Amino acid sequence: MINWLYQLIAVAGFSLRTIPERKGASLAAVFGIAGVVAVLVGVLSIAQGFRRAMVASGSPETVLVLRRGADAEMMSGLQQEEVRLIGNAPGLLRGVAGPAASAELFVVINLPKRTTGTDANVPLRGVELSAFVVRPEVQLIAGRRFEPGRNELLVGRAAAREFAGLDLNATLRIGSADWTVVGIFADGGGIAESEIWTDSRMLQSAYRRGETYQSVYARLESEDAFMTFKDALTADPRLQVDVIRQVDYYAKQSEVLYKLVTGFGTLISVLMGFGALFGALNTMYNAVAVRSREIATLRALGFQTVPVVVSVLAESLALALVGGILGGLGAYLAFNGFEAATLNYQSFSQVAFSFAVTPILLIEGILYSAVIGLLGGLFPAIRAARQPIAMALREL
Amino acid sequence: MKFLPFIWRNLWRRKVRTLLTLASIAVAFLLYGYLAAIRAGMEAGVTVAGQDRLVVRHKTSIIQTLPVSYLDRIVRIPGVKQAVSCTWFGGIYQEPKNFFPQIPVDPVPYLQMYPEFRLPEEQLKAWLEKRSGAIIGRKTAKKYGFKVGDRIPIQGTIWRRAGNTPVWEFDLVGIYEAADAATDETQLFFRYDYFEEARQDGKGQVGWYVVRVNDPEVSERVARQIDEEFMNSPWETKAESEKAFVQSFAKQVGDIGLITKAIMSAVFFTILLISGNTMAQAVRERTGEIGVLKAIGCTNELTMVLVLAESLFTALVGGGLGLGTAALLIAAWDPTQGALPVFYFPTSDLLWGVALAVLLGLATGFFPSLRALRIGVSEALRRL
Repeated sequence: MINWLYQLIAVAGFSLRTIPERKGASLAAVFGIAGVVAVLVGVLSIAQGFRRAMVASGSPETVLVLRRGADAEMMSGLQQEEVRLIGNAPGLLRGVAGPAASAELFVVINLPKRTTGTDANVPLRGVELSAFVVRPEVQLIAGRRFEPGRNELLVGRAAAREFAGLDLNATLRIGSADWTVVGIFADGGGIAESEIWTDSRMLQSAYRRGETYQSVYARLESEDAFMTFKDALTADPRLQVDVIRQVDYYAKQSEVLYKLVTGFGTLISVLMGFGALFGALNTMYNAVAVRSREIATLRALGFQTVPVVVSVLAESLALALVGGILGGLGAYLAFNGFEAATLNYQSFSQVAFSFAVTPILLIEGILYSAVIGLLGGLFPAIRAARQPIAMALREL
Repeated sequence: MKFLPFIWRNLWRRKVRTLLTLASIAVAFLLYGYLAAIRAGMEAGVTVAGQDRLVVRHKTSIIQTLPVSYLDRIVRIPGVKQAVSCTWFGGIYQEPKNFFPQIPVDPVPYLQMYPEFRLPEEQLKAWLEKRSGAIIGRKTAKKYGFKVGDRIPIQGTIWRRAGNTPVWEFDLVGIYEAADAATDETQLFFRYDYFEEARQDGKGQVGWYVVRVNDPEVSERVARQIDEEFMNSPWETKAESEKAFVQSFAKQVGDIGLITKAIMSAVFFTILLISGNTMAQAVRERTGEIGVLKAIGCTNELTMVLVLAESLFTALVGGGLGLGTAALLIAAWDPTQGALPVFYFPTSDLLWGVALAVLLGLATGFFPSLRALRIGVSEALRRL
């Protein structure tokens, strides 16, 4: 056993040390696999980043109340009286200023994207001042909060970045009035950063919405008060509403795109993986062909079959892992934090997000490269072990 | 020509290697085909957008409605041939993931505006006779097994019927087909007069207008005049060419073209490395033979061409296999399960694919053939 191990290490070291002699072929295999891993990690980081933006900032204490049967805020509607009843329900956090509940509505306005110059749908959300109590992760980073009763806007950090004309103190014409940007806010990378906020009453009058809202965002006393709050609302005969945690609501909204991009990315990576596998097979067959005399000499000296097979496998695995790590690093440097925006079909408006190359993605990519390396080395290794010794030596 | 058998025999000197190279090139082109189809699906509508059609929507956003009375005012603007109204209904069939657009329209003018939707004459007649009638695209009909005579219940999300009932029922009177592969066959159209009569709120309001101009040359002027016509009214408009309108939608999803190009470049670069390396290896092995060829009187150029021909052949056969498989698979099976309105392999992309295969062959054969060109005869013969 010890002898066997010793043989293994000796032969594997031998083949790894001779890689530089086959520089061209080895480098091509390494970069081929690096390309595959970079594409895999890069495409999947789009889906990861989108999901992260959608669920980043939602805390488990934040809930959303919509009209019963409405899947999205767009389709929901709530009257003033219903909003009052929701604010009085048990389980809500209450402060000096009243319950932590913000009645909200949102419309979509068109603003030119900075990158393309073409119009994009930007969500304009009407909120009450209590929205800042409901969403404690929202922080002002410039300017001040809007004053109720004035045409003033607060712009999310990502919206200010993605769309033209949203800088601090800029003026926008929405409906039939001019609005001023008085502040910029951050939301820990979450979805609110893609939105523009204003006083909900100003928005109601600008869009002739009377006294109707679409949703109530509320903050619970604690995570466990969810059922208390939900049961109170669903049992009230005067209300026809659904209650959902904000995190779950946005997770559901991101599902379609997440699945699409992930499925698409996996398909590309599998196909590319085949390409790389053929490349790896080619490289290793060539390596075995070039070294057939060496291998035959080793076996004539008494080295057993298994160490020889393992040594070829070790070589291809080493090449693949180097490629995988290079590809993963390349993808990380190129894509991590890359800022983009896309259309969220459920709200029919833009969501800004950053590509996220997560540690799990990197591990997946490197594992994938290892699989390619092992498969690519297996058949050539078997061939190396099966060569008749006498024939191979005759080539000397 | 007489060298063909020679090239052929050289290709098969190492069967496994050649087959693997062919396979990896074929896979790359298969991927190319899929990406082309997905890009075409994402940008559907841009390619078939009518040169002479404009879209007029609310200035603030497409989800804001416009008064139905604008129709007559638009038609009176000089240069306008015809105008129709459309509205986004946004209903749900059974569950939200079964998405297809539903749009109330005025049947005859709408089908004149969009001749690419082909509806049999007798089905149009039936539609005009039945107020609750609707027509649906072939693709959606196939997906849900709809047949003429079916009742289709759609749950209204934006539009409710009088009496606050959410469910609308339409009688399917026809199934339209598209004139070409790039036209959307997923939409359901029902009658505007039925919609107007039955809806609870927002009567007299429509989503957007489609306008046909007499001559594409004047479309910019007409668009400007339409916007001026409604300036300072409570409903200001934005008129733009249909192409720009559709494109802005595609652009909102993200720069799909850029992403596909980036992925494709990575794929081709990878394949280039792998197969280029193999080609170089194949030529290195035969240095001695190249010496023999030169010794028996082949010119340098001819040896170079022989080596190049080999890589070109590999790239073209591999590329052809990949593109052919892609064309067959794309026609047979849509991996996105109808998420995209159209899914086909555009001919222009197919031709580009062939061009790429030629380039790949030239690029992979370049260095090895250069070596064959330059190597000295005595040097090469020493390797025998």
